[in-house]
Order: sequence, then C-alpha cells, then structure tokens
Amino acid sequence: MNTRGLRSQLKDSVPVTGLAPQAGAYGVPDTMRRGFSSVKNELLPSHPLELSEKNFQLNQDKMNFSTLRNIQGLHAPLKLQMEYRAARQIQRLPFLQSSNLAIDTLRGTDDMIGFEDILNDPGQSEMMGEPHMMVEYKMGLL
Amino acid sequence: MATLSVCQPQYGGFSFENCKRNALLESEITKLGCSVPAARKTGTTICGVVFKDGVVLGADTRATEGMIVADKNCSKIHFISPNIYCCGAGTAADTEMTTQLISSNLELHSLSTGRLPRVATANRMLKQMLFRYQGYIGAALVLGGVDCNGPHLYSIYPHGSTDKLPYVTMGSGSLAAMAVFEDRYVPNMEVEDAKQLVRDAIAAGIFNDLGSGSNIDLCVITKDKLDYLRPHDEANKKGVRTGNYKYKRGTTGVLTKSVTPLDLEVVEETVQTMDTS
Repeated sequence: MNTRGLRSQLKDSVPVTGLAPQAGAYGVPDTMRRGFSSVKNELLPSHPLELSEKNFQLNQDKMNFSTLRNIQGLHAPLKLQMEYRAARQIQRLPFLQSSNLAIDTLRGTDDMIGFEDILNDPGQSEMMGEPHMMVEYKMGLL
Repeated sequence: MATLSVCQPQYGGFSFENCKRNALLESEITKLGCSVPAARKTGTTICGVVFKDGVVLGADTRATEGMIVADKNCSKIHFISPNIYCCGAGTAADTEMTTQLISSNLELHSLSTGRLPRVATANRMLKQMLFRYQGYIGAALVLGGVDCNGPHLYSIYPHGSTDKLPYVTMGSGSLAAMAVFEDRYVPNMEVEDAKQLVRDAIAAGIFNDLGSGSNIDLCVITKDKLDYLRPHDEANKKGVRTGNYKYKRGTTGVLTKSVTPLDLEVVEETVQTMDTS
C-alpha cells in the first residue's frame, strides 16, 4: 500500500521504455521475435493508463526505497534490494507460472488483493509460450 | 503472437490490448450513425447521515442502461465489513468490484491486526485505489460505519478525493436529496428522526430525478446493531390492473364436442431422491 507522502518521492522516476522501437539484436526491427511493427502504434500509448499501470510496481518500489534511504540511511535500501535480488531468483521455468511468494512477502503484498489477482490471471491464460523457445530466450541462446 | 509471449512475462490486472481496436470500431460505428452500447450505470440517489449513536445510509434501487431501466430492484448498499457499509453510484460494475475488493482487503487487514476495522482504513484504501486509476473507474461512494472512535461518514469521488462530513449525498439525484438534508438536518438526532430524514431525502431523489426510482433501502449502523432494511419503503408500486380482459367461458358457442381418452401403460417407475440437505 502506498503510505509514503509526496515529499519523499524520487525526483527522477523510472525511465519509461515501454514504447521503444522494436529493435532486435542488430538494431533493426526484429520481426521474427516481436512481430510486425508500426511507428503509429508505438508512438502513443493506446490508453492514458497503459504506461502508468505497466510501471506501477516499479515506481512504487523506487518511491519506497528512496523514502527509506532518506529516513534510515543508505544501508536500509541496500539490504532490502539484496533480499529482493535473492527472492527474485526463486522462480520456476519460464513457461510456468511462479507463485512469487518470497517477493510478495518482502513487498508486503501477500495480504493484499488487487486487480492483478482477479483480472487476467496469467495462470489461466489461454495462450502458452512455446517451452523450448522460452528457455532458450532466457538462457540467451535464442 | 506466440513469439511475443516469449519475450515479455505475463502480468495480471487490466489489459489494454483492445483499446486501439475499440477506438477504431467506435469511429467506424459513429460514421454509420449507430451508437456503441453504453455501460450499465446506476444513475442513483445515495445519501448518508450521522446521528446520535451511529450512521444511517440510504439508497434507491434503480439501475439504468442509457434510457432503459435495467434493474428495478438492485441493491446499492454493499457490505464492506460487519460494521461498515458502502453505497455506490456510477458504473454498476465498477462500484460492485471496487467494494468487493476493498471488503476482502479490509478483512485480511483486520485479521492481520486482530482488531475491528476502522472506517478511515476503508476510506484510505478506496481513495488510493481510485486515484491510481485516475477516475477511469467510475465509482462514487458513500462510506459509513461505526468503529472504536465512533460513527464516521465519508463521500468518495471517482478521481479519489474524499470528504468527511456529517451528511453526504451522491449520484444524479444528489441535489434533490441534499436540498432535504440542508433543510432538516440537526446534529445528534434520534434514530427514528434520522431514518425519516434519509427516507425523505431518497424519496426527493426518486421523484425528482429520472435516473433514480423504485424502492428505498436503508441501512442503520450502530455500535452494537446493524439493520439492513431492504426495502424500507416501496415508494413506486407497480400499478394494479383495474380491468380483467379474459373472456368468460361460454362467450364462444360450442358446436360439437368429442373426448378421446389416451390409454397409457406405466412401463417403469424410478424414484430419484433429491439432495435437500
């Protein structure tokens, strides 16, 4: 829950890269991996809330860490980020849905329900990624 | 596309995939002269008042879909926790989902703290969620309840601003209801006076606003007791037909009559017990 005041917000928040051009490995649009691209589609978001929702969790975390740094000193966000990094490694294989229990416990969202739990549950989506491709992509072989 | 799902992890929550398609469809449809179907709104009168020992919340019961009445007896007073109830105006689905979400969150929170939930907590949760979605969730709410600090009443607007007041009204009939309140509200009323005042305010909304109608629901919340009166008052009864248009037996003359009995044989009889537990 966002309990921080406005004063302690980070001045430069997360840079928005949501709508970057579909550049692949060699700097040209990577049609095979990202599909057909069109500049018109990528210039503006399709809904005013799209970008803000995409980066919501990231912005919340940044805000919380900066508040913590202002109040308690640099050690507090450093230790917490170390724990986050460790927790983020506890994942299933890329094509399976992980429960993210450790991350939720650290963030405090394990006793909160939001729209991300009710709507569009990734565990119940009709499409599944191709397992071989996803693991190769994660390994960096693709 | 399958390749896209390789690179990006899937997230829950709102999906904006169809927004561009919807905008395109809407422009095409308006070019043809038709109109897009509208979301079901509640077009409401809701109000609340703080009296001596608690809070009285009131609401009408009509749900509209454009110019048509979609539901003649819908319930607009939603449960948040045993001591907190919330009336909702605006888009019906938004108020329903929002209040259910906050009710679940408040239950988890109260289990985690071990205390009875407070109205200020529910208010804070609602306001933060509505502000996050910048008014796109069209839910205007009147939140009232009694907790350890006494009775509280809040009004919450779709963009996330809230007001803590002794009497509030929301919805399309809010002006009519507020007129009644401004005339007759006194602090520290008795429970019967408060119920009568809220009933009159909702009735003013029902009779003077097209978006509100049907019955009046009341919810009286005090420290020990909760009264959910649905319906408290049937202001608009559907009319009773004065004439009977059925033809009497013998109006048409009978010329011939022949009776053929059907001889049926019972072949098999099975008994299937119902699970009535």
